[in-house]
Amino acid sequence: MDPIIISSTFWIGGVGLVSAIALAVADKFLTVPEDPLIAKVTECLPGANCGGCGFAGCADYARAIVKEDAELNLCAPVGSAGARAIGAVLGRDPGTGAERKVALVLCCGDFTEALRRSYYNGIAECSAAQATAGGDKGCTYGCLGYASCVRSCPVQAIRLEKGIAKVNKKLCISCAKCVATCPRKLIKLVPFKAEIHVLCSSQDKGPVVKKVCGTGCLGCKICTKLAGDAIIVDGFLAKVDYSKELNNPDLITKCPGKCIRLA
Amino acid sequence: MKTEKSTFNFKGGIHPQYFKDVTSGSAIRSIPTPEHLFVSTQQHLGAAAKVVVKQGDAIKRNQLIGEQNGHISAPVHAPVAGKVSAIVSVPTAAGRMSQAVIIEPNGSDEVDFYEPFKEWQGANEKAMIARIKEAGVVGMGGAGFPTGVKLSPPPGKKIDTLIINGAECEPYLTADHRMMVERANEIHIGIEILRTILGARTVRVAIEDNKSDAIQIMEAALKKMTGDVAISVLETSYPQGAEKQQIFSVTGREVPRGGLPMDIGCVVENVSTAYAVYDAIMKGQPLTYRAITVTGDAIENPSNLWVPCGTQYQTLLSACGGLTSHVTKVVSGGPMMGFAVSGLDVPTTKTSSGLLCLTQARLANYTSQACISCGRCVEACPMRLIPSEMSQFIEAEDVASAEQIALMDCVECGSCAFVCPAHRPLVHHFRRGKGVVLAKRAASPSTARK
Repeated sequence: MDPIIISSTFWIGGVGLVSAIALAVADKFLTVPEDPLIAKVTECLPGANCGGCGFAGCADYARAIVKEDAELNLCAPVGSAGARAIGAVLGRDPGTGAERKVALVLCCGDFTEALRRSYYNGIAECSAAQATAGGDKGCTYGCLGYASCVRSCPVQAIRLEKGIAKVNKKLCISCAKCVATCPRKLIKLVPFKAEIHVLCSSQDKGPVVKKVCGTGCLGCKICTKLAGDAIIVDGFLAKVDYSKELNNPDLITKCPGKCIRLA
Repeated sequence: MKTEKSTFNFKGGIHPQYFKDVTSGSAIRSIPTPEHLFVSTQQHLGAAAKVVVKQGDAIKRNQLIGEQNGHISAPVHAPVAGKVSAIVSVPTAAGRMSQAVIIEPNGSDEVDFYEPFKEWQGANEKAMIARIKEAGVVGMGGAGFPTGVKLSPPPGKKIDTLIINGAECEPYLTADHRMMVERANEIHIGIEILRTILGARTVRVAIEDNKSDAIQIMEAALKKMTGDVAISVLETSYPQGAEKQQIFSVTGREVPRGGLPMDIGCVVENVSTAYAVYDAIMKGQPLTYRAITVTGDAIENPSNLWVPCGTQYQTLLSACGGLTSHVTKVVSGGPMMGFAVSGLDVPTTKTSSGLLCLTQARLANYTSQACISCGRCVEACPMRLIPSEMSQFIEAEDVASAEQIALMDCVECGSCAFVCPAHRPLVHHFRRGKGVVLAKRAASPSTARK
């Protein structure tokens, strides 16, 4: 046999053997024991790594729950059921469970209703449009419709409909990435249970709103009479106080701005 | 006094079509006083002026209507006599909103003047700086930096060179060119005043070589000046009028990164600013009027106008025969660095140098494609940056990496986007990226640039 083959077999085999022994020794003496509970808790979490809980992903949140006694109810996607599951694993009180929140775009001025004051053909990114003469939409508060939030959503819960962003609340995991992305700060987290919303963010006076949008809040305060204290008019903009109950369907038909809607 | 061809030229730059012939021969003319003036409180860099008049007040021409509000700020005066009909918010050319005083002129000739200086020779420098400040003089080249602040450098910074910027490198614009042709003697006095205030040994008047008539007339006007004074004839190239590039072209000195011209002993003032300084010192007249070029292929009668600050764009357009039906885009400022406006209700300010009305034929209409790494933008960039790489970082939402390769040093001159064969909107990317960086810095002031 060629001596080269013999010597190379010997050397490569020898190196392999020594490395294997070194690894076996390292495995025995240098192991970092990981709490098996962390793996179990991680299984209870959705694995979307959205960061909505405030930790760097699901595994990090699980580690924080086990090691640092973090609250069990911070994960909005699994909600209170998930908190109970984690509580069962750890034998801890799950707490009341976070109320499920979802993102909502506070604008309903789609291209059939809202005026475009100019033609924008720059970079298709909301912040870029906003930086160019303040955006091409007549309303300086409304959704620009260049889909920055759509791209930021990790679970594809946002779509453009008639030129404005709409959140599918069944899919939303309330990670708030879209809230941070929107340059006009139009997206807010609202309780999942709430159904009636004021879909407008314009602080302008009624006549100014009317000029640029067919579905904007005019600040007329009709809704406050129907809704009691669940709707507050702040300046020229109505806002829903989500801590109060609001289920008067008349609001939707009576709003002269047509911006109180179900969502 | 001599005329010399500059031996230096800045790195990079471009040679766009200039279209200056359209208006370079037309004298600056006045327009009839508009029915309403919308005098903005934000006509300069820095804090907006504080309104000191009320609705219904009768005001004289030149009366103070907004007072200086902080160190980097400038006061605002009434261009005409009349009545304050309201205080509202108006759109600015850049698309933001600013507070403005609406003046309804009443045709009276009631005037308020500051006490003019008898002569500038031997006048107290401090008093002259104070006058320039109270007259609201700001840099009229575009940025609107308060001139009084620029003229009082901190102790220890010795200014040896005063550069008067008459380059006007933006295509289409001819307002500064006409100012030099028509008001050279006043500009001469303005230069003398600026030189006295700064104690500068050297004076250079920088003019691009495509304005031969302005060079001749300025030569004649400056003939009497003694000392190291010269007209520096620069190569016609964009952005020759940008401060840092011009300082290099004229003196061969480079402004250090993150530094100011005063760090290398230079101060640059626009020719129109020199005129405003003359007005403030010798006539006691605050800055309320300026020359503006209304031009483009979508306007009936392109002209250079002498307009009160606060005139709405639509008034300027009708003074020039109005828009033709083929107009597609109206730009405030020049075509390279100006802002496309979305309405004609924007009022002019102390920094409005041009209004450009363009048809589709003059507009670039394209879609952005991927960078082909040809390097033309790197060649064109006068700030020695790498626009291709910065734009790709920003597209990938990695603004921190773009910041590392000096995104914040971009002067947004647009040379890179002009030469890009892939039609990439590079400046737009940089503006967006800068916005992100500034927002981040505002959120955590400790990481602000040292």
